Amino acid sequence: MNRINSPTELEEVRKQILSTRDPNKPCITLCAGSACHASGSKEVGIAIEEEIKKQGLSGSVDIRKTGCHGYCERGPIVVINPEKICYFNIKPEDIPEIVSETLKEKKVVERLLYVDPTTNEKIVHEHDIPFYKYQERIVFGSNSSVDPKSIEDYLAIGGYAALGKIFSGMSADQVLDEVKKANLRGRGGGGFPAGNKWEGSRNAPEPVKYVIVNADEGDPGAYMDRSLLEGNPHAVLEGLTIGAYAIGAHEGYIYVRQEYPLAVENVYTAIRQAEEYGLLGKNILGSGYDFVVKVHQGAGAFVCGESTALMTALEGRAGEPRPKYVRSNVVGLWGRPSVLNNVETWANVPLIINKGADWFTKIGTETSKGTKIFSLVGKITNTGLVEVPMGTPLKDIIFKIGGGIPSGKKFKAVQTGGPSGGCIPENQLDLPVGFDELTAAGSMMGSGGMIVMDEDTCMVDVARYFMEFLTDESCGKCVPCREGMRQMLKLLTNITQGKGKEGDIELLEALSETAIEAALCALGKSSPNPFLSTLKYFRDEYEAHVKEKRCPALSCKELINFYIDPAKCSACTTCARKCPSDAIIGGKNKIHIVDQEKCTKCGTCFEVCPPKFRAITKISGVPVPPPIPEEQRTIVRGGKKDE
Amino acid sequence: MSEILFQIDGKEVKAKEGMTLLEAAKSVGIYIPTLCYHEKLEPFGGCRLCIVEVEVKGWTKLVVSCVYPVEKNIIVRTRSEKVDRIRKMIIELQMAHAPDAFDLQDLAKEYGADKNRFEKEPSFCIHCGLCVRYCAEVKKKNAIGFVDRGIRKEICFIPEIASKECWNCKECFPLCPTEALQAAFVLTEAFAFPGTEEEKKG
Repeated sequence: MNRINSPTELEEVRKQILSTRDPNKPCITLCAGSACHASGSKEVGIAIEEEIKKQGLSGSVDIRKTGCHGYCERGPIVVINPEKICYFNIKPEDIPEIVSETLKEKKVVERLLYVDPTTNEKIVHEHDIPFYKYQERIVFGSNSSVDPKSIEDYLAIGGYAALGKIFSGMSADQVLDEVKKANLRGRGGGGFPAGNKWEGSRNAPEPVKYVIVNADEGDPGAYMDRSLLEGNPHAVLEGLTIGAYAIGAHEGYIYVRQEYPLAVENVYTAIRQAEEYGLLGKNILGSGYDFVVKVHQGAGAFVCGESTALMTALEGRAGEPRPKYVRSNVVGLWGRPSVLNNVETWANVPLIINKGADWFTKIGTETSKGTKIFSLVGKITNTGLVEVPMGTPLKDIIFKIGGGIPSGKKFKAVQTGGPSGGCIPENQLDLPVGFDELTAAGSMMGSGGMIVMDEDTCMVDVARYFMEFLTDESCGKCVPCREGMRQMLKLLTNITQGKGKEGDIELLEALSETAIEAALCALGKSSPNPFLSTLKYFRDEYEAHVKEKRCPALSCKELINFYIDPAKCSACTTCARKCPSDAIIGGKNKIHIVDQEKCTKCGTCFEVCPPKFRAITKISGVPVPPPIPEEQRTIVRGGKKDE
Repeated sequence: MSEILFQIDGKEVKAKEGMTLLEAAKSVGIYIPTLCYHEKLEPFGGCRLCIVEVEVKGWTKLVVSCVYPVEKNIIVRTRSEKVDRIRKMIIELQMAHAPDAFDLQDLAKEYGADKNRFEKEPSFCIHCGLCVRYCAEVKKKNAIGFVDRGIRKEICFIPEIASKECWNCKECFPLCPTEALQAAFVLTEAFAFPGTEEEKKG
């Protein structure tokens, strides 16, 4: 490939790529991101290649392995273009039929279609499926139409047009103004306006400046940045280059965790391709502007997602935060002005330049513009990545897109914002998602984690779980975080184990104050959030644990007992046979009893007891009723006694 | 360097630009308690004990004075109900590890801290990092460092360096506010690089 030397040449190259592509040529698209690989997409990919060859379609059908499409619950996903027929949960053995029926005969394979759970109707096209229908995928949508290893695919969908636009006569100030006008707020956690951050760096006197991509996503259950970087690395690179131009940086870094191997690989490939095309490196698009990008693989510490810790780690030192009284956009990496934004923020930039701030600000709420990608996980029917306009009510995300709670359970809370976020209860489900709205509710946007919890979830245990995660990930530099969390975790663990004391809740509140007021970085300052937000909305659960030694969700092992209701037990022996610790006393035609001494509370009996009996219950906060006397345990069937 | 005028505890203070609040306070004889501060070392901001209240244009916030740069016209209060409450908590958290350290006992008296508020885990080290930073910044030897992170973080001598450098130095020993360092050193010595009697005599 020859270097592209001007924005005009870029458009010619794009035309040329498009001219070689027939929009009516059949193309089979397969999602092949990390989540897809986990559900077997690699094997499906091999099967597609072999089958196309076997059925003699090589050359007449294109195969495109793309990044994540978002609907991971139903992956791997195959889309047949140009008809846009969607097949879900595809296994290698489905491929021969797809190739012979759909690709050759243009017939739909009914059994592989999505079935609407409410209407039982089979749906052929993506945009009619509820999971996709209510989304607005302006950033994430491109994932399904590009092979992340192909710069040509990105150019074919209009990629690098924003870069072409800025080098066709936009001044750095104009670029900056557009981003400021768009009110693009950081998608990584704090929601700080990107334009203001950029401006601070641009105006800083030090001439050498840096731009950095924060791809150190580490929230449990969150993978939106990973999927975006894996699936569409050029969009991030394009955004980063535009940012560099706006602030006057000639060097950029992508800090990506080494546990994201596919993201690392795709980003390296993308950088190499962009350099070959003259879209990165020296004299970009013949403009005279130089910008190089280096990749730094993070070693996997959660705290390195914090801006100053990330920069310290980039400098080659232990990833510990430093005081932020002077902002890092003025004194950052190696003491120089450094703009750090996360993957999703950078990926929004080309859209803003292409379509304008006016277009961007039409999407969203008064203070939160554009869309946000959420990682919807937990007790939810449709697990996956969803992108919605800011301002979408939580309940639409959970029920319309997410399909609600599986197994007929009741919704209890949704945890947003990652480990340092908070839990939002049912009576707040109308809350529109936005930076300020979520903060006001005691949670935060964070980078977009969204963990749904049902009635079986104990909120005290949720707080304990996140506290454990944060304690493990604290760098240990400052006392309120290191020591405060050590004590908070101990107190919360005690409470879930029935060892809570009067005054524990107040002590937890006092420790929270110290962390919020005195901790060094955002991780420490926000570390009490899981406790404070659950206390705010579920104080009764805390009190039940402490005062009555009762777990209302019947979840904390130390506070529950398994009990067989003698009136319901039919002596089917299923539980006794499955119990791994021989804790069930019973026998044929004998009402079963749980030996509380032996019981390890694994819950196997509870799960295996046939639904027609439902004899096993969990009890908490009350003593286990004494076993019925031996002589009354024999079951009388059909009026006859066995004896 | 331009001069910056502001107020600490009602006293007008002149400071040079780039100075921290703690340095400025010290320069006029106002005492702020510290554990991880040392005048020869870069500000660290780890123990958070030197937290103070700052009023900027009518807004009050808590900042850590050893790392907060002076600003003109701000009003600094080195004690307040909230500041004292947080200092008390910090002292109590540290006393779970080093209940008998003299520095902590003095502070406990001043702030009414209860050394038994938290369950004891006598590890002695309170992670002020004075030894680690002194060795790195002043001696430039890096014979001692932190290992692991968070609640598992510990100070550790690096035997390969310590066996060569430490016998004739030991300047970090008197810096340790809890004397845990000496213990750690002796431990490492015992396990990793028993010195000859001659070397020990220095």
